Amino acid sequence: MKKSTPAVHHKMKLSKGNLTFKIFNTAIMIILAVVIIYPLYYVVLASFTDPVIVNSGKPLFYVEKLYMKGYQTTLKYMPLWNAYKNTIVYTVVGTIVSLICTIPAGYALSREDMAGRRGLNFVFTFTMFFSGGIIPLYLTIRQLGIYNTIWAMVLPVAVSAYNLIVCRSFFSSGVPTELLEAAKIDGCSDFNFFFKIAIPLSTTIIAVMCLFYATAMWNQFFNALMYLQDDNKMPLQVVLRNLVLMNQANQMGSSGDALITKQKLAEQLKYCIVVVSAAPLLAIYPFLQKYFAKGVTIGAVKG
Amino acid sequence: MDSTKKQIRKNGLKKIAKSWQLYVLMIPALLWAVIFAYYPMYGLIIAFKDYKIRKGIIASPWAIPLFKYFQQFFSTSIALQAIQNTIIISLESLVFAFPIPIIFAVLLNQVEQKRFQKLIQTVSYAPYFMSNVVVVSIISVMFSANGVINSMRGGQPILFTSLPSWFRTLYIGSNIWQTMGFNAVIFIAALTAISPDYYEAAYIDGASKWQTIRYIDLPMIMPTIILMFILQVGNIMNVGYEKAYLMQNGSNTVVSELISTYVYKVGLQTAQYSFATAVGLFNSIVNFIILVIANQVAKRASDISIF
Repeated sequence: MKKSTPAVHHKMKLSKGNLTFKIFNTAIMIILAVVIIYPLYYVVLASFTDPVIVNSGKPLFYVEKLYMKGYQTTLKYMPLWNAYKNTIVYTVVGTIVSLICTIPAGYALSREDMAGRRGLNFVFTFTMFFSGGIIPLYLTIRQLGIYNTIWAMVLPVAVSAYNLIVCRSFFSSGVPTELLEAAKIDGCSDFNFFFKIAIPLSTTIIAVMCLFYATAMWNQFFNALMYLQDDNKMPLQVVLRNLVLMNQANQMGSSGDALITKQKLAEQLKYCIVVVSAAPLLAIYPFLQKYFAKGVTIGAVKG
Repeated sequence: MDSTKKQIRKNGLKKIAKSWQLYVLMIPALLWAVIFAYYPMYGLIIAFKDYKIRKGIIASPWAIPLFKYFQQFFSTSIALQAIQNTIIISLESLVFAFPIPIIFAVLLNQVEQKRFQKLIQTVSYAPYFMSNVVVVSIISVMFSANGVINSMRGGQPILFTSLPSWFRTLYIGSNIWQTMGFNAVIFIAALTAISPDYYEAAYIDGASKWQTIRYIDLPMIMPTIILMFILQVGNIMNVGYEKAYLMQNGSNTVVSELISTYVYKVGLQTAQYSFATAVGLFNSIVNFIILVIANQVAKRASDISIF
């Protein structure tokens, strides 16, 4: 077998057509990256820049004139921080509940010797394609008495069939059957095997699941609208919507400010709030993105 | 294989007893499935009843005629509008948003510098982490009358966010922005799995890059493409209603009212539970039928299916 890779060949002899392709392709990739990143970059810049410049509508590339009143006001705006606290609680509790539901079940479903495995798989896969829909779920939540509590945010989304399948695929390929057989000969029970051998082998899948579930919980909006009632229980996304999309940001400034400052501020506040609410995810993203790609790839392996 | 199957059936109970610990591990997930997935499915029968919240599902009387709420739905003009909007926006998404991650994956795969490739890929799925509220907020500030898009265009500002003619473009465009990188990961994985031998042979035969893509890359990832296509078609009626709802305003409901946003409004805001459930059920059934058909067609044509 020849050892040389195709890339080496290309370097040796680049035909005219392939060179054109390479230039064209690199250009597309750079343009795409800019289109993807620029809106996020723009919002961050706008949150620091004098609203007069932002409102002129010209594209921003750097902070032309620093204006920090937006962040000062945002920091002092208590309802936003209360919502922040709610979201953190919902996300932490929700992720833990989801892991308890998903990881053990994913492991069990990966075991080919489990009786009734096919049927159980179907029970979960089916939920991906058919559901009771908005109203019956809402009525269920009311009946259970969890309406307007944290559990209405956490329990209905505790299991995602897709994540369960990702988990199952991971255990199918990540925990060798020989290991199980060897452990069984030594008299290891299924519980022991799961907790003492399978779990320590699966830090990757736990990280992937944390990421998937935590992101979904952090970003929940519609469920809060449907299943929560009290303003002080609302998560960040609802408050964000009210402030930015329903234009309530102009009520945030203190009463002492002059009208002109208020108007100036109202525009900048929108950017500040968007940044503040998306910041945690963007901050952890670089560290967790490798798990993210891994998770999606595991999911692609059809089990 | 066959004899083991028979044995499993014979000793079914024995087997379950043997793997009882695995069943215990499944309890939390099964409880969830029963309470939050299957019990609400049972709750769908209120579409055929005059549901009263005080009486509960069982005691509420059957609707007369049984399909009263379905008839009611089809006799309202807004219903047909919502069905039409849902179908148009899904089909447009399928046509425009489905091929883009594939094209992106194929082109990214051709990038020879590994670090550059990795960088682009990492950047590409960053927007996937943004919530719909954040995305719609960004749209609303960037596409406003005095926003950056209008000022770059120059001339008379276009009211992108309130004009019905722009709703679908913004909706689908921002969807592509959000999900292109995420949806491409699967195709990139499939491309990486292609054996280098093929490229070697193609190179020796003097194939151009385009030919390599056309005759190696695309055929090799076709099973993945078909699989993803079935899944996409299977969710055709479940348009992301959260984003549509967030993008809705008084002036664009002609195009932005979808079956799901309509269900939310009549169901939860005006408490017409039976009626809204009937509308939702209609949506789910149509969706499920489309999924089964797509699955069967793919199975016949290419032997690839999800079930």
